[in-house]
Amino acid sequence: MSIAPGLEHLPALPVVIPMIAAPVALLMRPGTTPWLWASIVSWVTLICTIMLLDQVWHSGPIVYEMGGWAAPLGITYYIDLANALVMLLVAAMASVVFPYARTSVEAEIDRRQIPAFYTALLICMTGLLGVAATGDAFNVFVFLEISSLSTYALVAMGARKDRRALTAAFNYLIMGTIGATFYVIGLGLLYQSTGTLNLLDLHEQLANQENKVVEAGFAFIVTGIGLKLAMVPLHLWLPNAYCFAPSAISAFLAATATKVQIYLMLRYVFTVFGFEFPFLEVALNAFLILGITGMFYASIVAVFRDNVKQMLAYSSIAQIGYMLLGISFGTVDGVAASLIHVFNHGLMKAALFMGVGCVVLRLGSSHFHAFKGLAKRMPWTAWGLILSGLSLVGVPPTVGFISKFQLMEAAFQTSTFISPLLVVLLIGASSLLAAVYIGRLIYAMVLEQPPEGAEKITEAPYTMRAALWLMVIANFYFFFHTDLTVDVAHQAAESLICTSAGCGGAY
Amino acid sequence: MMGHVVLRITIKILFAPIILFALYVQFHGDYGPGGGFQAGVIFAVAFIMHALGFGIDKTKQALPPKVLPAIMVSGVLLYALTGVWSMFYGGNFLDYDLIQPDSHHHAGQHIGIILVEFGVGLAVASTMLTVFYHFAGREPEIADEDW
Repeated sequence: MSIAPGLEHLPALPVVIPMIAAPVALLMRPGTTPWLWASIVSWVTLICTIMLLDQVWHSGPIVYEMGGWAAPLGITYYIDLANALVMLLVAAMASVVFPYARTSVEAEIDRRQIPAFYTALLICMTGLLGVAATGDAFNVFVFLEISSLSTYALVAMGARKDRRALTAAFNYLIMGTIGATFYVIGLGLLYQSTGTLNLLDLHEQLANQENKVVEAGFAFIVTGIGLKLAMVPLHLWLPNAYCFAPSAISAFLAATATKVQIYLMLRYVFTVFGFEFPFLEVALNAFLILGITGMFYASIVAVFRDNVKQMLAYSSIAQIGYMLLGISFGTVDGVAASLIHVFNHGLMKAALFMGVGCVVLRLGSSHFHAFKGLAKRMPWTAWGLILSGLSLVGVPPTVGFISKFQLMEAAFQTSTFISPLLVVLLIGASSLLAAVYIGRLIYAMVLEQPPEGAEKITEAPYTMRAALWLMVIANFYFFFHTDLTVDVAHQAAESLICTSAGCGGAY
Repeated sequence: MMGHVVLRITIKILFAPIILFALYVQFHGDYGPGGGFQAGVIFAVAFIMHALGFGIDKTKQALPPKVLPAIMVSGVLLYALTGVWSMFYGGNFLDYDLIQPDSHHHAGQHIGIILVEFGVGLAVASTMLTVFYHFAGREPEIADEDW
C-alpha cells in the first residue's frame, strides 16, 4: 500500500484521539481551558475523518485489526463509505458544536461541572465514532453504552436550569438500557447459532440458517436499535431528553446520536442479514408503516407544542420517519436517500438547535413567547433560524430539498405494498406539516410584536452566531455541491447492499 | 466510640488481606480468572468497609476524594497509552507483541495485558469509591448551587 507512514492507523485515530483527550479534560480547571481542549480535539478528529473518507473513496474499504488479531477472532474496524460518511458527520458536528458550547454551557451548567461536562462530551463523541467505525457486533454494544451513558449524564446536567432534566435523563436511561439489553439478547441468539461476532463473518455464517433462533435474534436487534433511534412507538424518551438537556447537547445529540443508530440499522438489515434472509421483508414492511406513521404523528404533535425545543425534538422523530421510509424501500436509491437525509438532517437540526440555544442564552426560555418579534430583537439568530427552518421544510435551494427530492425519486421506483404515488404524496403532505410548525415559528419571530415593555437585549456572542451561521451556510452549500452527500451516499448504499445479495435490491 | 468493637476490630484485621487479595486478583488476571474489574471492586470494598465501620470522615482523611479523579484519569490513560505505544512501534492499536518483539514466548502480550488491566483496576477502584463517597456523603437537602 502506498500510504504515508502513520496513515494506516486512520481508522482507529478518530476513536482513540477523543478517548485519550476525554480523561485529560477532567483534570483541567473550570473555565475556558476544557472548552478549548475539547474544541481542538474535535478539529483534529474532523481532519482524521476527512482523510479517512478520502482514503476509502479512492482505495475502497479499509480493515484495521485491533491488536494485530485477525478477523473473525479479533476485533476489526471495517470502514467503507457508509461508516466514513457517518463518522465525518459526527466529527463535523462536534467541531461546530464544541466551539459553540462555551458561553451557552457557562450560563446553563454549574461552573464546577464544566470539566466533567467536556469529558462526558468527548466520551460521547468517542462512543458515537466507535459505533460507526467498528466491524465487531459486541464492540458495537460497548461503544453504544459508552455514548449512551455519557449522554444520560449530559442530559441530566441541564438540571441546573430546570429540574425536569433529571426525570428526562432517568426516563432516557431506562429506555436506552432496555434498548441496549434487547440488542445484546439478539446478539446472544445470533452468537449461539453462528459462533461469531464479526459483522461480515456473521453475514456469511447466517447465509444458510433459517430458524426461529435467528429470527428471534433479528427481531430483538431491530427492536433494540429501533428504541435507540426513536422509531415511532418507541420514541417516548426523546422529546424530553432533547428539551431539557443543555442547548449545546440538544444540538449535538439531535445532529448525531440517532443518525449513528440509523447507520447501525442499515448495517444490520442489509450487511448482516441481507436479502436472502426471508424475515427481512417483514422488517421492511414494518419500517414502511412505522416510518409513515412517524412522519405524520410526530409532525402533528410538533405543530401543537409550545416549547420550541420540544417542537424541534418531535420534528426529529418525524425526520427519523423519512429515514426509515428510505430503508424500507430496500433499494440502492432508497438507502442512499436515507443516508443523504441522515447527513442533511444533521446540518438542519444542528443549526436549529444552536439558534434556539442563542435565544435560551439571552432570554432564558425556549417557549414560543420568547420568540415573539425576535427578528427585530436578535436579527442574526432569527434569520439563521428562519433559513435553517426552511431547509427543514425542504425549500430549494437548501439541503432539505435534496433530501426530499432523492426520497421521492427513490419512492417512485419501488414496489412496496403501498403504491409509489401514494408514498410520494404522503412525503409531500408531511412536508406541509413541517411547513406549518416552522411557519408558526417564523410567524412569531417576524410578524408578531415583542411583548410590551420588553427590555432591549444584545445579540448572542460571536462564537455562537458564527457556529450557527456556519451551519446555515452549509445548508445552502450542500445544495449546490452534492458530490459529498449524493455521490458518496449512493456509493455507500451500493456497498451496503452489495455485500448482501448482488446489486440493485431484490424487493 | 466504644460501640461496634467486634465489627471495628474485624474490619481492621481484614483490611490488609482484602487489599492483598485485590492485588492478587489484579496481577493474576493474565493467567487465570480475575483482572482489573474484579480487582478494582475488591480494592474499593476495603475502603467502603472502613467507611461503614469508622464513619465516612475517617475514610476521607485516609483517602481524600480529591485524589480520586486523578487516579481515574491515570487508569484510563494507562490503558489508552499502552495502545498508542504499540502504534509508535509500528503495530496496530493495542498490539502488545510490539512491546517485546524479540520474545519467543510472547512476553509482550503478558506485559501489555498487565498494564492494561492495571489501568482498568485503577479506574474501576477510584470510580467505585467516587460513587460511594457521593452517595454516602450526600447532604439531605441540596443547595441550589449543587445542581
